[in-house]
Amino acid sequence: MSTNPATGPRSQGVLARIAEACDRPRVLGALMLGPAIIYVVAFVAVPFVLAIGLSLSDATVGNPNITNLVGLDNFTQVVHQEAFMLALRNSLLITTLVIVCLLVLATAATELLARDFRGKRLVQILFIMPWAMPVSLAAITWLWLLDSQFSPIDWILVQMHLLGPGGVWGPGRHLYYLGREWLGIGSLVFVDVWRMLPLATIIVLAGRLSIPRERLEQATIDGAGFFRILFRIIIPALAPVLIIAVLFTALLVIGEMSMVSLLTRGGPGHSTQVLPYWAYLKGIESGDLAQGAAIALFLFPVLLVAALIALRMAYRTQDG
Amino acid sequence: MKRSIRKTSFYAAVVLLALFSALPVAYAVLTIFKTQADLFTSGANPFIYGQPPTIDHLIFLFTQTQYTTFLWNSFVIGLFVVAITVVLAVPAAYALARLTGSWGERSGMAIFLVYLIPPTLLFIPLYQIVVDLDLANTIWALVVVLPTITIPFCTWLLLGFFRSVPRELDEAALLDGCSRFAAFRKVVLPQALPGIGACIVFAFSLSLSNYIYSVTFVTESAARNLSAGVPTELIRGDVYFWPALMAATSIVAIPLAIAYGLLFDYLVRGFQNAEAAATGG
Repeated sequence: MSTNPATGPRSQGVLARIAEACDRPRVLGALMLGPAIIYVVAFVAVPFVLAIGLSLSDATVGNPNITNLVGLDNFTQVVHQEAFMLALRNSLLITTLVIVCLLVLATAATELLARDFRGKRLVQILFIMPWAMPVSLAAITWLWLLDSQFSPIDWILVQMHLLGPGGVWGPGRHLYYLGREWLGIGSLVFVDVWRMLPLATIIVLAGRLSIPRERLEQATIDGAGFFRILFRIIIPALAPVLIIAVLFTALLVIGEMSMVSLLTRGGPGHSTQVLPYWAYLKGIESGDLAQGAAIALFLFPVLLVAALIALRMAYRTQDG
Repeated sequence: MKRSIRKTSFYAAVVLLALFSALPVAYAVLTIFKTQADLFTSGANPFIYGQPPTIDHLIFLFTQTQYTTFLWNSFVIGLFVVAITVVLAVPAAYALARLTGSWGERSGMAIFLVYLIPPTLLFIPLYQIVVDLDLANTIWALVVVLPTITIPFCTWLLLGFFRSVPRELDEAALLDGCSRFAAFRKVVLPQALPGIGACIVFAFSLSLSNYIYSVTFVTESAARNLSAGVPTELIRGDVYFWPALMAATSIVAIPLAIAYGLLFDYLVRGFQNAEAAATGG
C-alpha cells in the first residue's frame, strides 16, 4: 500500500466510476434483466425458431438437419390425416369442457375457502392434494380407479344396481371408462378438472380476497341475498382474474400430453387422441420430426390470437 | 333455525370439496397394503381388506426398484431449478418493475405469451441443444431445460410483488445515499420475500411435475426423476404393479400436500399481488 501510493486511489476511482455507471437505471436494468433474457432467448426463442424451421422442412430423426425446405407441405399432409382431425377436435373439446367445469367449480370452491371456519387447514391440505403430485402420478392413480376390471367406481355402480344384470347400464359389470370414445373423453376431462381445480381456485381466490370487504358487507346490509351478491358484485369484480385463470389453465391443459399418454394412449383407435400426444407420436415414435413440429405448431396462431384478445379484455374490464 | 341450516349446508359443501380432492389418494393408500390375490378378486368389495394387510409392496418399492433414486433425482433437480429460477427471475422482475421504464411496466402479461409455445413443439430442438451440450441422459439436462417453464411464471409473480412495494421506499433509500442496487437489496427485496417464497413453491412443483422433457431427454433409469421413472419402471408392458405404483404416488402426494396446504394462504397472496399488477389495479 505505502510502496505505491499513486495507483491506489486512482484504481479506486476507476472502480467507483464503473460502479456509478452500473448504477444508472438503464444500465442496472439491463444488467439485472439481461441474464433472464439471454436464458429465455437461448432456450425458448431459438428452439422456437428452429421448430418453425423443422415444420417447413423434411427433417426426420435419422436426418434431423434443416437442409431441404418444403414449404407448407407438412401442414397440408398433416390435416389430411384422420388422427389429426380427431386430435384437433379432442384438444379443443377437452380444453373447453375443462375450462367451463373449472370456472364453475373454482368459483364455488372460492366462496367456501374465502370464509374462516374450523378445520380450514386440514381442508386446505386435502384440497390441494391433486395438485401436489406430478401429473404423471395423478394419471396413474386414476388409471387404477378407472381400471377396466377392478374399478371401485364400477363396483359401487353394481351395488346400486345401475350396472350388472338388470341394471340400467347393464348387463355388463364394467363401463370400460378408458376403452370407449366418449367415456374416455369424459374421463380425461374429469381427471384434468380434478387435477387443476386447486390451482384454478388459488388464482380465483386471490382475486376474490382483493374485493373490499365493505362492499360485500354493504350489499348484505342492503338486503341482497347470497346469489345476488355472487352474480352482481363478486363475479363482475372477478372478471379480469377469471380471464387470467382461464388463459393460464387453458394453456396448461392444451399443451399437456401425459394424461392422455398414460390414461387412454389416444385410443381406442385415435378417438381420444390430442394434439400434443399426436405430435409426440408422429415426431418421436415414428421419427417424422417435420410433421411432429407441424402438428405441435398448428394451434399456435389460434392460441396467440385468443391470448391477445383475452389480455385486452382483462385490461379493459379492469379499466371500465 | 335458518342459521343452523345454512351452517350445516356450508360444512356439507366443504366436506364434499375435500372428499372430491382427497378420495382418490385415500383409495391409493388403501391399495398399497392389499395382497395381490385380494386385489384381483373379481366382484369383491374393493374398499375393505379381504386378506390381512401386507407391507410387502412397500418393501418391494424401496428394495427392488429405483424409486429412491427417482426421489433423490427429483429433489436435486427441484433444488437446482428453484435456485436458477430465483437467481434469474428476481432481478429481472425488479428491473421490469422499476428500471426499464414504461415498456417494462406494460410487460406484465406479455410474459405469459411464452406459455403459448407448447413444450411438445420446443422439445425437439431442445433435445438437440441438450445433446450438443453433452447433457442427454443426465439430470443436468432437466436442470438446464426446466427453468424455461419456471422463469417466465416466477418473473410474472414477482413483478406484482415489486410493484406493490411503494416507490417512496426506494427513493428514500436513494436520498440516504444508497446506490440503486443497494436500495434493491436492502429495502425492496425484504418486502418481496413472501413473493419469493411463493415462487420457490411454484418452481419446485412445476419442476417435479414436468413429464415430456423428463421422458424424452433422459432414458437412463439411474438419471430419471419421479415423473418419468415411476410410469416407465413400474409399468412393464401390460404388467402394472398397482400397490407399488400407489405407494410411489402417495409417498410423494401426501407430504407435498401437507407442505403446500400449510402454505395455501401464502400461495394465494402470491397471486394476489401479481393479479393486481397485471390487470392494472
